[in-house]
Amino acid sequence: MTNDTRQPVVSVRSLSATFPDGNGGLHALGAVSFVVHPQEFVCVLGPSGSGKSTLLRILAGLLPPTSGEINFEGHHQPRIGFVFQQANLMPWRTVSQNIMLPLEVEKVPYEEACQKAQKLIELVGLDGFEKALPRDLSGGMAQRVALARALVHDPDILLLDEPFGSLDALTRERMWTELSRIWQADQKTVIMVTHSIGEALFLADRVLVLTARPGRIKLDLPVDLPRPREEEMRYTQHFGRLARRLKDAIE
Amino acid sequence: MDLNLTRKLEGFSDRTQWKHTHWIPVVVVLAAVAGWQALTTFAGLPAFILPSPAQVAVRFVTAIRDSSLLWHAAVTLSEVLLGLLAGTCSATLLGYAVAKSRAFERLASPFLVASQAIPIVAIAPLLVIWFGQGMFSKILICGLIVFFPVLVNTVVGLRAVPRSLNELMRSLHASPWQTLRLLEIPAALPIFLGGLQIGATLSVIGAVVGEFVGADRGLGFLINVGRGQYDTALVFVAVFTLIGMALSLYGMVIYLEHRLLAWQDRN
Repeated sequence: MTNDTRQPVVSVRSLSATFPDGNGGLHALGAVSFVVHPQEFVCVLGPSGSGKSTLLRILAGLLPPTSGEINFEGHHQPRIGFVFQQANLMPWRTVSQNIMLPLEVEKVPYEEACQKAQKLIELVGLDGFEKALPRDLSGGMAQRVALARALVHDPDILLLDEPFGSLDALTRERMWTELSRIWQADQKTVIMVTHSIGEALFLADRVLVLTARPGRIKLDLPVDLPRPREEEMRYTQHFGRLARRLKDAIE
Repeated sequence: MDLNLTRKLEGFSDRTQWKHTHWIPVVVVLAAVAGWQALTTFAGLPAFILPSPAQVAVRFVTAIRDSSLLWHAAVTLSEVLLGLLAGTCSATLLGYAVAKSRAFERLASPFLVASQAIPIVAIAPLLVIWFGQGMFSKILICGLIVFFPVLVNTVVGLRAVPRSLNELMRSLHASPWQTLRLLEIPAALPIFLGGLQIGATLSVIGAVVGEFVGADRGLGFLINVGRGQYDTALVFVAVFTLIGMALSLYGMVIYLEHRLLAWQDRN
């Protein structure tokens, strides 16, 4: 996929950023350049403090870059689907109301919004929970709602910031399979930040490894594991080799 | 405090608990009335010191018959409601500005704190001198007394909006108006309503203070009249009406909370 000649969805050129993290330290991102192609699933991997979350936030327009530039294909203001570390749902809205939020912001007519939300509810497997409130959901279910909310307005790019970090190991692995399936069904371009090598290899077409602060791209590794990927694949030699390369790059 | 009260109320609406506790307040009230009646009967207190419950009840009926009670209560209630409305509106608008702009907060907060430091009872005479004996000065006093708690709770409520939800709205390119409507108002509502609870009862106090200082109508005026004429039963009638008014207002805010905050966890 790295030799892809298609028009990239997003191209990032010598992007750098320095921010106080609010605890006296600094989030720092060195000069980072890369492109992401349509329907590509890119994972950004790196030690803590490598500015991988900062990178995602800059892409989402939540933070201004200190220097460098980002170009989205054909848009000045791309549509973003963002999934946070926590589900980040509005506790006063039901599941379907939470999912409809992006459509409400875009002033999509109510009937149409309902239909789209219903499709996403089915896609993430939450049928029957449309009227449930976030307080009644488990962590995994809440994160599915967050995923559906990020997809409902058909975003140009889906940005995931360690979305499964707060889930228990079993739920997390089930969510990988789910996300993989949803991504294949929805044909989205995805950039996902993670600190888990297993997660990156299970999901990504390409893994970018960032160095510790200031974060720079140390390795751009295409993941040529066949899809659909299954649990068993994680015990193959090739998977082990790729994991080894990522591990070495991080340390 | 507010949450505790809400929980207690919800506990009461719970059928099983209701069954066991609903008779307690009734018994307490009946016992108090019986004790009061006994006191007036056996202690030989004259009616202008302490009228018996029966005398108060009779006075209550007369006051309703000659429609004076209804008229004075209506005056006070209008002052309370208009003052509450004015105080809440101005406090909410100003609170929004304070919560949104640190610069404005620095500019305004000395005045806001100072406004709270002045005892309302002390400036009530001034307001009556400037704005007359009519309803306007009372509405002003109610508004002032309601202002501060509502302002503080508006600011705290808006500041309590989770940052991550703000980021979500920004990632969706929501306009400031959409962020206000879809995020900030619902998120700040629980704390805001807590302020309104306090404000609603304070507003009743404000109206009575204003009427004490100078008025020709209202329940506070009625209390003054009763005192002047040694018609202590009338004072009791006015006091009970005020209590009823304050409780109904409080109950209305609680009802509003139940309707608007049904999504909150009730455990």
